[in-house]
Amino acid sequence: MYPAEFRYHRASSVEEALDLLDRNPGAKFLAGGHSLIPMMKLRLAQPEVLIDIGRLDELAGVSANGDSLSIGSLTTHSEIASSPELRKHCPILAEAASKIADPQVRNKGTIGGNLAHADPASDLPAVLVALGATIQLRSRDGARAVPASDFFVELLTTSLAENEIMTAVEVPKLGAGTGSTYLKVEHPASGYAVCGAAAVVTVEGGTWTSASLAFNGVTATPLAALEVVEALIGSDATDQAIDRAVESRLSVPDPMSDLYASGEYRAALAAAYGKRALKSARDRAG
Amino acid sequence: MRVTISVEVNGTKHEREVETRTLLVHFLREDLGLTGTHVGCETSLCGACTIHMDGLAVKSCTQLAVQADGAKITTIEGLADNGNLHPMQQAFWDEHGLQCGYCTPGMIMAATKLVEDNPQATEREIREGLKGNLCRCTGYHNIVKAVAAAAKAGAPS
Ligand SMILES: Cc1cc2nc3c(=O)[nH]c(=O)nc-3n(C[C@H](O)[C@H](O)[C@H](O)COP(=O)(O)OP(=O)(O)OC[C@H]3O[C@@H](n4cnc5c(N)ncnc54)[C@H](O)[C@@H]3O)c2cc1C
Ligand code: FES
Ligand code: FES
Repeated sequence: MYPAEFRYHRASSVEEALDLLDRNPGAKFLAGGHSLIPMMKLRLAQPEVLIDIGRLDELAGVSANGDSLSIGSLTTHSEIASSPELRKHCPILAEAASKIADPQVRNKGTIGGNLAHADPASDLPAVLVALGATIQLRSRDGARAVPASDFFVELLTTSLAENEIMTAVEVPKLGAGTGSTYLKVEHPASGYAVCGAAAVVTVEGGTWTSASLAFNGVTATPLAALEVVEALIGSDATDQAIDRAVESRLSVPDPMSDLYASGEYRAALAAAYGKRALKSARDRAG
Repeated sequence: MRVTISVEVNGTKHEREVETRTLLVHFLREDLGLTGTHVGCETSLCGACTIHMDGLAVKSCTQLAVQADGAKITTIEGLADNGNLHPMQQAFWDEHGLQCGYCTPGMIMAATKLVEDNPQATEREIREGLKGNLCRCTGYHNIVKAVAAAAKAGAPS
């Protein structure tokens, strides 16, 4: 299984990577290679030019930035899962990263590649939507920030422009009183999410003051359950309130369907795991 | 397109010209003749091709040889010390952690990192840590026993 032939450049800075991209229209960035190389082996992708950004230290690592944390696009799933800052201030992201595939894949796969690839069965997209994260992009013309909820356009398609690179992902530091949980039903063979439920909630005095719930694996792009959350805010943080809100308000438009799980089954999983994720996040909010 | 890469494998530096599309596993097996690293699925799932690259367990069928330029690599051939089996290899032998042996190099490379990262790994943690390595023969039970035994023996890597 050899990929088709391609030309290869290793970039030594983000500037150089953007210049190379500019000079080679249709070139692809290579980060960890754990989505792109499998696609190239199957010849589902045949880029003529690869720009290897895998050694750009300026894009790697987690740093605190006031009330938020900035995660370089080249930070691997293993680094995210074990980052002390993320485990403390944004544990849901570390939890989701630790549920991706296996240790070898986590050692190479990066958050930037995961998001840019936009596989609907990936584990990180819905978590970033639930967190209200921001995606930082850069081109030779400047930088822009896109809310995670606007980043995923359709199956395997994002709002990343032809001439842009993703530099970082900003996530909020979750404060006291906020709990978060990521639950995953994984495909038994591939390990990808058949349904992944991400909940981030804040409870004060026994009522919900803020909540978000989003799903991976169920629809072509991450599904934000806005109506469910609307029904929760202001009500008592009880199991009954969760069950009622999910049962009456969760709508799953156009669920994906495959040999393993029908759309109907995926929608049922979303309801069951949405409830569980909300309850667990509430319990963790303490 | 061909490029020259320089890689340190099991302590020996190699400089070779490779085609850009050469997978790392094929570079190791065909260019360097290190056939201990196996190819099971070639689709990133089975782990038979696991090696250590700059200190991390990696599936070498899902890396390009050019990505390894400048890297330090250890393969199964690099574990034994002067003919003495590495404690993890010895534990697989003692606990019958293999039958046909096809998955074994990858299992051992994954297991040595697992124990190095978590010397007190529980049975559950061992099973989870070997999630990326498939075995068609053993039913995993003796593999898990072998890894636990090596951990107990304080296997250095
Ligand atoms: C066996 C296996 C199982 C897996 N299981 C799961 C799973 O359970 N859950 C899950 O979430 N994922 C899973 N994955 C996918 C894994 O998380 C990938 O590593 C990840 O999706 C891609 O990251 P990468 O760094 O390897 O990207 P690459 O493969 O290098 O790149 C992927 C795409 O993103 C683009 N890109 C990369 N970085 C940037 C950047 N900084 N700016 C702009 N574009 C960029 C590339 O051009 C390419 O189009 C699995 C992968 C494998 C091989
Ligand atoms: S051959 Fe690499 S994972 Fe199977
Ligand atoms: S011993 Fe035969 S595949 Fe594992």
